[in-house]
Amino acid sequence: SITGACRAIQKLTRVRVVDNSALGNTPYHRPPKCIHVYNKTGVGKVGDKILLAIKGEKKKALIVGHKMPGPTMMPRFDSNNVVLIEDNGNPIGTRIRTPIPYTLRRREGEFSKVLAIARNFV
Amino acid sequence: RVSSDGKPPKFQPPPKPVIIDRKTKKEESRFLSPEFIPPRGRKDPLKYYIERKDMIQRRKVFNIPEFYVGHILAVTTANPLASDKSSRFVGICIQRGGTGLGATFVLRNVIEDQGVEICYELYSPRIQAIEVLKLEKRLDENLMYLRDALPEYSTVDVNMKPVPRMDHEEIPVNKVQVRMKPKPWSKRWERPKYNIKGIKFELPEHKMQAAQKWSQPWLEFDMLREYDTSKIEEKIRKELSEELEK
Repeated sequence: SITGACRAIQKLTRVRVVDNSALGNTPYHRPPKCIHVYNKTGVGKVGDKILLAIKGEKKKALIVGHKMPGPTMMPRFDSNNVVLIEDNGNPIGTRIRTPIPYTLRRREGEFSKVLAIARNFV
Repeated sequence: RVSSDGKPPKFQPPPKPVIIDRKTKKEESRFLSPEFIPPRGRKDPLKYYIERKDMIQRRKVFNIPEFYVGHILAVTTANPLASDKSSRFVGICIQRGGTGLGATFVLRNVIEDQGVEICYELYSPRIQAIEVLKLEKRLDENLMYLRDALPEYSTVDVNMKPVPRMDHEEIPVNKVQVRMKPKPWSKRWERPKYNIKGIKFELPEHKMQAAQKWSQPWLEFDMLREYDTSKIEEKIRKELSEELEK
């Protein structure tokens, strides 16, 4: 078989939307899947933007945690977490309950609004 | 003694001597952290000697407590991106790996229904404090199966107070049998290669027997795989005691 190595988030990975937006939380018969990663390599890590296909719509999202183990001291989550985002970077939901890694604080300029709605940091 | 009948008195066996084995007790209580033991190989022992010196230097400045897999630890690390510049994480130790200065341990906790694991380096200068909140050994040395177990077995209260330790000798073994989520699991934990005793397998009998097909009973008799660490441990213990007295 041609299964790839354990990479973080790439095309066709099923992700879990973590904020309390209506689009992310209403049940649908298909899970939200990644269709494009805005990166030179097609592999998305924490802090990368991706394009999701949810409920028949295309929406941009920000990766806030993945199952792949990273460098030491970085948290590794049990599910691939993602926060829905507009094209200009504004988050669609109003609250993020799940913990988010501190490394996102490094890019305070781009993700300030997402960090503002986050509750717990790990 | 003069008996009543004139016959010799009934044979009274002498009282059994009570042997208090003080030597073995002392050896058991001396704990040697597993990262001090060099792995089996053909590398120059000088490299491990220099590494041990650096490890002892770090231990003199910063207290690394004795802990095993299954203990509940709270680690405070220096983090420039956090408020107060330091962050605290509480979790169960599921694995201790690496040797020398790169020794790591993985802490797992479930926060807000999300399982989080962080791999810390024991000798990293970013770590400010390691506290042992609860001392508890488990039946296995590797608790990676907690990822496929029900989340209640990995939840640790973040605001837990350190449980006071009664004796300075025994560490209690928690013989809990963990219940798993439905299959598929990340690894096939029922196989004898992992030799896990801490899971309550609710699989049907024929599946458990089919898993035994992968058992390798000759492995424990393989002499090339033997690694007797008793002499190496003795040497390292001597070194440690000498260096820590300085």
